[in-house]
Amino acid sequence: MSGTAISDTLVLAKRNFLRIARAPDLLLAFTVQPIMFVLLFAYVFGGAISTSGHSYINFLIPGILVQTMAFGGFVTAMGIAEDLRKGLVDRFRSLPMSRSAVLAGRTLSDIVTNGISITVMLVVGVIIGFGFESPFLHIVAGILLLLLFGYAFSWVFAFIGLTSSSPEAAQSLGFIVIFPLTFVSSAFVPPETMPAALQWFAEWNPFSITVNAIRALFIGDPAGNTVWGAVLWSVGIAAVFGVLAVTRYKRAVVR
Amino acid sequence: MAKSYGDVRALDGVDLAAPTGTVLGLLGPNGAGKTTAVRILTTLLPADGGRARVAGLDVASEAPELRRRIGLAGQYAAVDENLTGFENLQMVGQLYHLPKGEPKARATELLERFDLEEAGGRLVRTYSGGMRRRLDLAAALVARPPVLFLDEPTTGLDPRSRIGLWETIEGRVAEGTTVLLTTQYLDEADRLADRISVIDHGRVIAEGSSDELKDQVGGEALEVTLESAGDAEAAIAALREVCSAPPELDGVVLRVPVAERKGTIAAAVQRLNDAGVGIDDISMRRPTLDDVFLKLTGHAAEEDEEGGEG
Ligand SMILES: Nc1ncnc2c1ncn2[C@@H]1O[C@H](COP(=O)(O)OP(=O)(O)OP(=O)(O)O)[C@@H](O)[C@H]1O
Ligand SMILES: [Mg+2]
Repeated sequence: MSGTAISDTLVLAKRNFLRIARAPDLLLAFTVQPIMFVLLFAYVFGGAISTSGHSYINFLIPGILVQTMAFGGFVTAMGIAEDLRKGLVDRFRSLPMSRSAVLAGRTLSDIVTNGISITVMLVVGVIIGFGFESPFLHIVAGILLLLLFGYAFSWVFAFIGLTSSSPEAAQSLGFIVIFPLTFVSSAFVPPETMPAALQWFAEWNPFSITVNAIRALFIGDPAGNTVWGAVLWSVGIAAVFGVLAVTRYKRAVVR
Repeated sequence: MAKSYGDVRALDGVDLAAPTGTVLGLLGPNGAGKTTAVRILTTLLPADGGRARVAGLDVASEAPELRRRIGLAGQYAAVDENLTGFENLQMVGQLYHLPKGEPKARATELLERFDLEEAGGRLVRTYSGGMRRRLDLAAALVARPPVLFLDEPTTGLDPRSRIGLWETIEGRVAEGTTVLLTTQYLDEADRLADRISVIDHGRVIAEGSSDELKDQVGGEALEVTLESAGDAEAAIAALREVCSAPPELDGVVLRVPVAERKGTIAAAVQRLNDAGVGIDDISMRRPTLDDVFLKLTGHAAEEDEEGGEG
């Protein structure tokens, strides 16, 4: 990225932060919502699902973290759809600024809000009994992987935001695309309990691979290739959707 | 330029030209293609056919360079509701890559120029429609661009803000800025535009200065309001000598095209008096741009229909 691309991106990221700071109710999505998920799953499903070798809470937290990262980009999709509708995208496109900065600014601010969500969830997790079972450096690597994964999905959401006709449509489209992916995965239940076809899907699903990688890094499950596999998936998703979204942005048409 | 959206030919071969430092007014009814033309010229939309140069730069192949030199205020205010007025302008300045300190200085200056200095620290969400509009116009001026595109800039402004904006535009033009202005208000085109292009159905149907366009619809006319419609024939007979073309009658109002302004009213009153025709009102009238607009766009549509039947 050139110097101006970076400074343009920062200008727009700052714009997003100001928005969040001014609408504290938006912060609920990054804090209260993940806490709610942790508590619901831990206490509602916790007794029913048996997980070999770990307490359910230790099994669950990595899954819920990955799911939260996948949805962290929601704000990006809605924000971009709104900018399109309000004509702000037109204003930006008529300015001599970097063509990727609007999207890069959004996805960059998602990293920060995702970081907030991770912190909140780990704190609540620890309070209700989650414990790391791995060395410190692995934990740090796990957190970085979570942020990378969230960043990749922010680009998916950026693309969704640019293709939908309204913020509401962006929200439901994002939900329809991502919700099944997170559930047909190893995030909440061991895939062995699913029907064969789902099981096959759950094993190849980037969510499962990332969840397994986080379990390896946080609670010492055997890592195998999952960590590198997860990194590759995230980088691949970010690259593909980054290109798609920027291409789409350049010819974005309002109405 | 040409542009179609599916079956809709938004622009069907439009030619526009504006010499540096002048204002080109784009007039046309709703759906004529004005906004489409502005979007193509500001690099937002690729044309399907034709070429366009703005500030000497090709809109398609030299778009990045061109964006440094243009300012755009689109038809609908494009401002961030969740920032303050000041922050909006500052952000635009930063994205134009103005030197350090300039974005703030320009923001302050423009808020003042557009009567927003008090509201500048408030979130735009709390602004009225006209205030947003003014902020949007200020954003177009942040980088003092040599070419300005204003798509219906005064729609929704109160009379005072309108005149303020006109003065601002005139000030920029005096400093050498070239302006493309679309408008529905003919007094605005009359006052600001050096040349006017009237477009309809994606085509230029007339082009010229405001005076030239008025001459096209007909020169001066004497407008006589009769006391009684029954006198019309007598009045037409009495005025035969001053007519330059057959008069038109609309109720009690007789429109008499004349070649010469001087002495016409006195002569007409004399003749009508002699003929015993009572008159309510008499005046010389030059066509307004409204007449031009109605005649050009209205008649064009009628002729189309007749052509279709015949
Ligand atoms: N994105 C689009 N998709 C389909 N048709 C479009 C689109 N944008 C414009 N049009 C059509 O192109 C034509 C020209 O539209 P344009 O917005 O340029 O008109 P305008 O002269 O600016 O009108 P107004 O005075 O109402 O602003 C209209 O028939 C319009 O319906
Ligand atoms: Mg328009």
